[in-house]
Amino acid sequence: MKYQDEYRDRDLVQGLAGRLRECAAGAGRTMTFMEVCGTHTMAIYQYGLRGLLPPEVRLISGPGCPVCVTPNTYLDKAIACCRLPDTIVATFGDMLRVPGSTSSLMEERARGADIRIVYSPLDAVKIASANPGRRVVFLGVGFETTAPTIAGSILAARTAGLANFLVLSAHKTMPTPMQALAADPELAIDGFICPAHVSTIIGADAYLSLAEEFGRPCVITGFEPADVLQGVLMLAGQVAKGESRVEIQYRRAVKPEGNRKAREILDQVFTPCDAEWRGLGTIPGSGLRIREEFAAFDVEQSLPLEVEPSCEPAGCRCGDVLKGKITPFDCPLFATVCTADAPVGACMVSTEGTCAAAYKYGR
Amino acid sequence: MCLGVPMKLVSIDGTDAVAEIDGVQREASLMLLDEEVAVGDYVIVHAGFAITRLDEEEALETLSIMREVFDPEDMA
Ligand code: SF4
Repeated sequence: MKYQDEYRDRDLVQGLAGRLRECAAGAGRTMTFMEVCGTHTMAIYQYGLRGLLPPEVRLISGPGCPVCVTPNTYLDKAIACCRLPDTIVATFGDMLRVPGSTSSLMEERARGADIRIVYSPLDAVKIASANPGRRVVFLGVGFETTAPTIAGSILAARTAGLANFLVLSAHKTMPTPMQALAADPELAIDGFICPAHVSTIIGADAYLSLAEEFGRPCVITGFEPADVLQGVLMLAGQVAKGESRVEIQYRRAVKPEGNRKAREILDQVFTPCDAEWRGLGTIPGSGLRIREEFAAFDVEQSLPLEVEPSCEPAGCRCGDVLKGKITPFDCPLFATVCTADAPVGACMVSTEGTCAAAYKYGR
Repeated sequence: MCLGVPMKLVSIDGTDAVAEIDGVQREASLMLLDEEVAVGDYVIVHAGFAITRLDEEEALETLSIMREVFDPEDMA
């Protein structure tokens, strides 16, 4: 990408870090900011940005990795799907290794299940079109960035007259869990680094209530090192002045109103529902389910499944990691029992998971 | 998985486009975009769909704001 080098420029990054030190010292207090986007979590570890922060500023990671917040019950349903006859399960690659209660998609594939990794949900529609005698189940997991792409694929399947394309949907939406986290006194979050690509869709205005009612500064930040530091500096500036506003640092991609067209397509296919988050429990109105009009494309509405009872891996503290209550280093299994090669929990499996980022870059 | 990648549009045919990064080309649907794009524009591509155009002017503006913020001469 053009300008990528500029946004990684060492002098610029050091300069912003220096300015942040002055700002934080001037504020005369400590501040904790949470990022709720897996790509931010990765960037912060990868570029060692915590090492550039003044002692007053602490960054914690929240529930930003869609695979990680997906509870075992969903994986168990996905596994039940791939055990059905004449069924192809299509998925983004990240889901493959995530452990369910007693198995994973990777283990099922080794036992003969037809599981295909796709780059786009439209690829799954193509698989359905090429295999008319078989059913294709796409694993629809993600936030507002991914949900419109799944909605678009369902519309494409309907236009193509496909009756063998289905989605097992577990989409979640972002500002709601941030409100739950803001209200948690134990976390004492002073502001949010808001997710970048989710915000291209929902727009900066989606965070207004977080800033105005919950009094938490929100800055939508890009992913390059200078972006993240400037975002943190903007947050620190608001805290220092006692303000609480929504600001866009990532102006090259995010507008106040977001992407209306993508939201229309999303709303055409999905409607809000309560959703279960690993670690955070059930949060009212924080998920998306497929509308009845599109029931034929929805596993939940049109495909009876036999699902095994769910249980969580023993000792894994993903739930607390996702809430920002502990860092991966506080988990007794981290880097001993739980490693990138033999992950115990979802936060280590997914490349965007906080435990995976800490394991790869943080030790 | 939730990755969005900035890519350059190299061809457009209706709502089907081809985008490129580091010499790798991928299909990208423009069906979700609410703004006009042309070949040569940069877009963020997520799971096979362009989700937003990258605004070059804003990219430069952000850089100049960053530079101002720490430029020692400005702070004098
Ligand atoms: S280090 Fe492993 S076991 Fe511990 S919380 Fe992370 S994923 Fe779970």
